[in-house]
Amino acid sequence: MNTVKPNYTRALDLKHGRVDMSHGSGGRAMAQLIAELFAAAFDNEYLAQGNDGALLPQAQGRLVMATDSHVVSPLFFAGGDIGCLSVHGTINDVAVMGAKPLYLSASFILEEGFPLADLNRIVESMAQAARAAGVPIVTGDTKVVEQGKGDGVFITTTGVGVVPDGIHLSGDQARPGDKILLSGSIGDHGMAILSQREGLTFSAPIVSDTAALHGLIAAMLDSGVRLRVLRDPTRGGLATTLNEIARQSGVGMMLHESAIKVNQPVEAACELLGLDPLYVANEGKLVAICAPADADRLLAAMRAHPFGRDAAVIGEVLADAHGFVQMTTRLGGRRVVDWLAGEQLPRIC
Amino acid sequence: MKYVDEFRDGDLAKNIAANIAGEAHAGRAYRLMEFCGGHTHAISRYGLADLLPPNVRMIHGPGCPVCVLPIGRIDQAIRLAREQDVILCTYADTVRVPASANLSLMRAKAGGADVRMIYSTQDALKIARDNPQREVVFLAIGFETTTPPTAVAIRQAAAEGLKNFSILCDHVLTPAAMHAILAVEGGVALDGFVGPAHVSTVIGSKPYEPFADDYHKPVVIAGFEPLDVMQAILMLVRQVNDGRAAVENEFTRAVTREGNLKAQELVAEVFELRDAFEWRGLGSVPHSALKLRPQFAAFDAEQKFKVDYVAVPDNKACECAAILRGQKRPQECKIFGTVCTPENPVGSCMVSSEGACAAHYSYGRFRETA
Amino acid sequence: MCLAIPARIEELTTPGNAIVNLGGVRKEISLALVDDAAVGEYVIVHVGYALQKLDQEEAERTLQLFAEMGQLDELREELTGGAA
Repeated sequence: MNTVKPNYTRALDLKHGRVDMSHGSGGRAMAQLIAELFAAAFDNEYLAQGNDGALLPQAQGRLVMATDSHVVSPLFFAGGDIGCLSVHGTINDVAVMGAKPLYLSASFILEEGFPLADLNRIVESMAQAARAAGVPIVTGDTKVVEQGKGDGVFITTTGVGVVPDGIHLSGDQARPGDKILLSGSIGDHGMAILSQREGLTFSAPIVSDTAALHGLIAAMLDSGVRLRVLRDPTRGGLATTLNEIARQSGVGMMLHESAIKVNQPVEAACELLGLDPLYVANEGKLVAICAPADADRLLAAMRAHPFGRDAAVIGEVLADAHGFVQMTTRLGGRRVVDWLAGEQLPRIC
Repeated sequence: MKYVDEFRDGDLAKNIAANIAGEAHAGRAYRLMEFCGGHTHAISRYGLADLLPPNVRMIHGPGCPVCVLPIGRIDQAIRLAREQDVILCTYADTVRVPASANLSLMRAKAGGADVRMIYSTQDALKIARDNPQREVVFLAIGFETTTPPTAVAIRQAAAEGLKNFSILCDHVLTPAAMHAILAVEGGVALDGFVGPAHVSTVIGSKPYEPFADDYHKPVVIAGFEPLDVMQAILMLVRQVNDGRAAVENEFTRAVTREGNLKAQELVAEVFELRDAFEWRGLGSVPHSALKLRPQFAAFDAEQKFKVDYVAVPDNKACECAAILRGQKRPQECKIFGTVCTPENPVGSCMVSSEGACAAHYSYGRFRETA
Repeated sequence: MCLAIPARIEELTTPGNAIVNLGGVRKEISLALVDDAAVGEYVIVHVGYALQKLDQEEAERTLQLFAEMGQLDELREELTGGAA
């Protein structure tokens, strides 16, 4: 009796296996990795087409496309991991354009030797985040680099969405007098990452705020308020995002420090390291700018959504040829909230 | 945060500000120097200048150890990392300081040098223990606050027989720099000093007494929180009004007259005075820095690796020297905000956010345009 | 510079170390520079070392001084009164 199964491949060892060069070589091992790990987790009709690209139905409205590469150390942190982060980040980039996010692509650069168990965890987290957001991952790619040439895993996601007629959001639309709204506390993601980084021995009850914001944004757009600018203050923090908007719109801003929420452990960790929470990254917050008459209604709409519960008006747009973002401090003085000079590094000695 | 938030209360600040405005005589100017970068930072970050009457002016002093480190000292560290293949450990503050040949420690790292940012001297010791086959050098910078932790590490390394650990010692002394500022011919147009906060927790208030006695300048030691700074300014205004010059202590919760004797003993055991040390902006200042005592020579990277200090002149257009002495304001320097910015600092005062120029550029430059 | 911040000693660990708490952030630091620091006391923490103990009575005294200072409203009255 012939016991040979002509098409048998042993299942991936998701417990103890590791990524090796064959997983990126285009052969059977790669096909297996895609089938057993990625396709199994992301499972949707477009991915199931099994072609080099996904054939998608016609979309109504103007298309928005955004892409984001994710490199984060550590890969797993309080409140999330690189997987869900890579889904949320790109959904948010699409959504702050006023678009309904429809599809994502995911591209992985894996380092030889990376544990398959970790990869599986990351992919599961991505799949779960995509499902929860209602935005399927419809196509993808995998490459493997030799050990020492990557940092475990890098993930690039691209998102496509459609903007309904009548909505036009852009960073150049802030006008003097407009109100600046912020959806919640700042600095949580950046400090959650830092608190778990090797060598920075402190422990803190800080959880990343990583979240997909398209639901909150839909609620804001549904409130009938005409939004002028929406942006998510990720890398470089709130300060950088506001300076970008001020430059794009050719305006200045006046913020109010007491209106900007910073959770106490985040503030304390910043104090210990000499960092300013205004420059620390967020992954689940947004800044909205609207006409002053619309601010109350917009604020109410934001606060009615779980991701906007702590929303507040944090300042106003000013006419200022210099484009300064300024802030009245909690002590009653004024300061510039400048662009970040270089990387934000701890001040210590 | 207990003992932090209470000292950042906006209403109390307004109260102290009203008292300052009430007691400062309209007819005279009060030119007060805060020596420390920590005070400069608090003043800038909280916009305290807006709480002061126009005749009470704060002048930012040289108390930022990164800013006063001359180019040649950073060059030494870079040479060690690039040419001797050491693991160069440093506090993050120094990694962007510009050195010769358009380099910095960060750029040296990008070019392959093994430069590691650490948060404590204990981290540097750990790196040395974990890499017995490599030489580990700690770039030891800072004032009297930061010196005792280096002393602890040296003693520990000696006790453990850690042979691959050494330091580039750039620890500097506060009172010597204050002397250098005051001992200019014709005197300086300063009416008093806000004295160091955490430096004073270590050295105490006593070392400032000569400034009050010999130069007749009031000194008020103050904490780094905004209310501490405001209260110290009020105390200085009162001294000036009374024609007094005394050392007063606002930071009684952490500073005594004698300071931390245990820390002082440790420092004295490990370090001794250098004859002179070059400061960026101030030039060579006698007895203003520390070096390791001969019995700890094995831990002195300068001797171990024969990296001599080579002085590099500061940029000629830079007005840092006058700014550090309070003779000029940052905006009076020709290259301020044009050639010299926080992204591309030319002078020492633009290097760290605690430097006079960087603080003014990053936090206060709207004032010129008003 | 000389960034330092008061934190509460939560637990003494060996050898000569302590876990301090600042606003929910816990960190192990060295007590090599201070004598007899006890749980519940506050220390000024700098580059991973307790630099000095914080004198809680003195802290309260300083805050008391701020609180008792001439009040803004009185000063306003005084100033406007003087001007009138």
